[in-house]
Amino acid sequence: MIGSFLTALRDGVLIGIKGTGGKVIFPPTEYDPDTAEETSGIVNVGPGAVVTSWGWVSQPLKQHPLAHPFAWALIQPDGADTAMLHVVDAGSESAMATGMRVTATFRPADERIGAMADLVAFVPEEAK
Amino acid sequence: MSDQTYVTSDPRGSITKLDTPSRLEYFFTAGTSLSKNLRGYQRGQFIGQRCPVCSKVYVPSRGSCPVDGVALTEEVELKNTGTVTTFCVVNVPFAGQSIKIPYIAGQILLDGANLSFMGLIQECELEEVRMGMRVEAVWVDKADLVPSLASVKYFRPTGEPDAAYETYQEYL
Amino acid sequence: MSTIPATRQGHRPVAIVGFSQNHSVRSDSTSNEVEMLLPVIHDVFNRAGLTKDEIGFICSGSTDYLIGGPFSFVTALDAIGVWPPKSESHVEMDGAWALYEAFVRLQEGDLDTALVYGFGKSSLGDLNEIYNLQLDPYTMAPLHPDLVSLAALQARAVIDQGLGTEEDFARIAARSRRDAMTNPYAQIKRDDDVASLMREPYLVSPLRRHCLPPISDGASAIILAAGEKAFELAEHPAWITGIDHRIETHAFGARNLAVSTSTAKAAAIAGVGEGHVDLAELLTPFAHQELIVKAALGLSDSVAINPSGGPLAANPLMSGGLNRLGEAAQAILDGRATRTVAHATGGPLLQQNLVCVLEGA
Repeated sequence: MIGSFLTALRDGVLIGIKGTGGKVIFPPTEYDPDTAEETSGIVNVGPGAVVTSWGWVSQPLKQHPLAHPFAWALIQPDGADTAMLHVVDAGSESAMATGMRVTATFRPADERIGAMADLVAFVPEEAK
Repeated sequence: MSDQTYVTSDPRGSITKLDTPSRLEYFFTAGTSLSKNLRGYQRGQFIGQRCPVCSKVYVPSRGSCPVDGVALTEEVELKNTGTVTTFCVVNVPFAGQSIKIPYIAGQILLDGANLSFMGLIQECELEEVRMGMRVEAVWVDKADLVPSLASVKYFRPTGEPDAAYETYQEYL
Repeated sequence: MSTIPATRQGHRPVAIVGFSQNHSVRSDSTSNEVEMLLPVIHDVFNRAGLTKDEIGFICSGSTDYLIGGPFSFVTALDAIGVWPPKSESHVEMDGAWALYEAFVRLQEGDLDTALVYGFGKSSLGDLNEIYNLQLDPYTMAPLHPDLVSLAALQARAVIDQGLGTEEDFARIAARSRRDAMTNPYAQIKRDDDVASLMREPYLVSPLRRHCLPPISDGASAIILAAGEKAFELAEHPAWITGIDHRIETHAFGARNLAVSTSTAKAAAIAGVGEGHVDLAELLTPFAHQELIVKAALGLSDSVAINPSGGPLAANPLMSGGLNRLGEAAQAILDGRATRTVAHATGGPLLQQNLVCVLEGA
């Protein structure tokens, strides 16, 4: 399932999978983390998404994905019922809010390798 | 797209593996006891420590007697000579190997010590090394002494008669 | 002979009869792990009036990732002296889980005592990078989030769901640091006022420095005894009347981070709500986590939380949870309390939680 998720990332696509009761789990897993039932049915989600929580980093560490101030965030793409950890490149903390709409930005297609690095960041929807 | 697997039209096919490089760097705390041992190497000496309960001498030591579980407080300077308790001849190349194969790796029990450690044995024909063989440490030049076992270049035979098996059988 | 309180888990009553910890420090640069443990092991034996040869079972909690060497728990055994050979085990977790294993082992009935210890030197490596390795290796670890940033996501969830404020976080930090002033083993002991703490800049909003635990080197040890043996070793044994641990999904994006379902479940099984609670020691290293765990345990505002100062005053990794059990037990051993609660946690953002109810006779 991880392979499918990463292959889709290389195609510039976000996918989730249906868990118990039709809940869409993102990133996709083989099993529903609440019920341990096997998941079934890949669905496309995003690229539009909602920030469900965030923390503003004014001084990025050297290992962080962005070198300028940004937000770590839990991001729930449209069509998904769970969230994924990623970063929001919002410019300033005042642009951040829980519930704000963001969208995924990918690296150019020829630079994508099928890893988290294919996803550069999420940006506020109006900025795209 | 199938139900369970994402299908790509990318000629590279599906992703089946992923590299996640990771690197961790650490400080090492030798501790009070091992520091004394390491400082000893810097002076060209083997420094061990004696257990106040069982009187065994450990070189090197992590600071406690592994039998009695008490702190080792008494410092003991050991001689330069010892006995090969057991050995092997290394013929296998491996990553990071710094010595030309074949060579002899021996467990050395220094005279007066109750713990053996591994040492390189040189100036000795491969077929002549044996259990009980008496050896002495050959140190690097004074200017090259460092606080580690790297200060000992190797051990070599002293030519003395072999030690009796009973003197080292406890350490095998 | 004193009576033993009714227990909820296990058929054989088990009590904490001795606890010892060392003074947590930012960096113990003179002692290796064995030297750090030695005084704690000797002290806990002295407190219980036991020798190593009388111990039936040994269990420790630590992680090789902190020291950067394999099988570090094996070398640590030199601090005890396991000869003749001892029955021994280890968990790559906080010592609180080692205590759980020892509790279960004593249920077998053939042994009466156990030594439990935990140790960790947090000063040897980069904790952000070390703890990055406990995250999902495909989707999270490659992003290299740091510990404070992850905690900030949880703190924001607490605020957004109306379960606490930044000022609440500061109040928790100020209380912890003040309480630590009377704890000789604590590391951060200060009388701060909330207003000045609130003026600190954000590290990662909504967290300021005071919301974070200190980085600590430390070790602690506990002696467990079963049945009547406990009365031989302690005047007021701290009986484990309920103990349980529960885990949630590793994918914390699939959890409500402001709520600890696993803590609530463990608390119900351990019977936290079955009686009055004198004090609770919680392994909540980030200030906001105290609010989450306190709510999950169903503790009222009158319960003293972390009177030792808790993890905001000293946070030795891998022994911090065992310290909570030890502090909660010590109050009973000293005759200061009759019913206390201890909590420990492991994994990212309160993933796994252990809850223990301790009672005096």
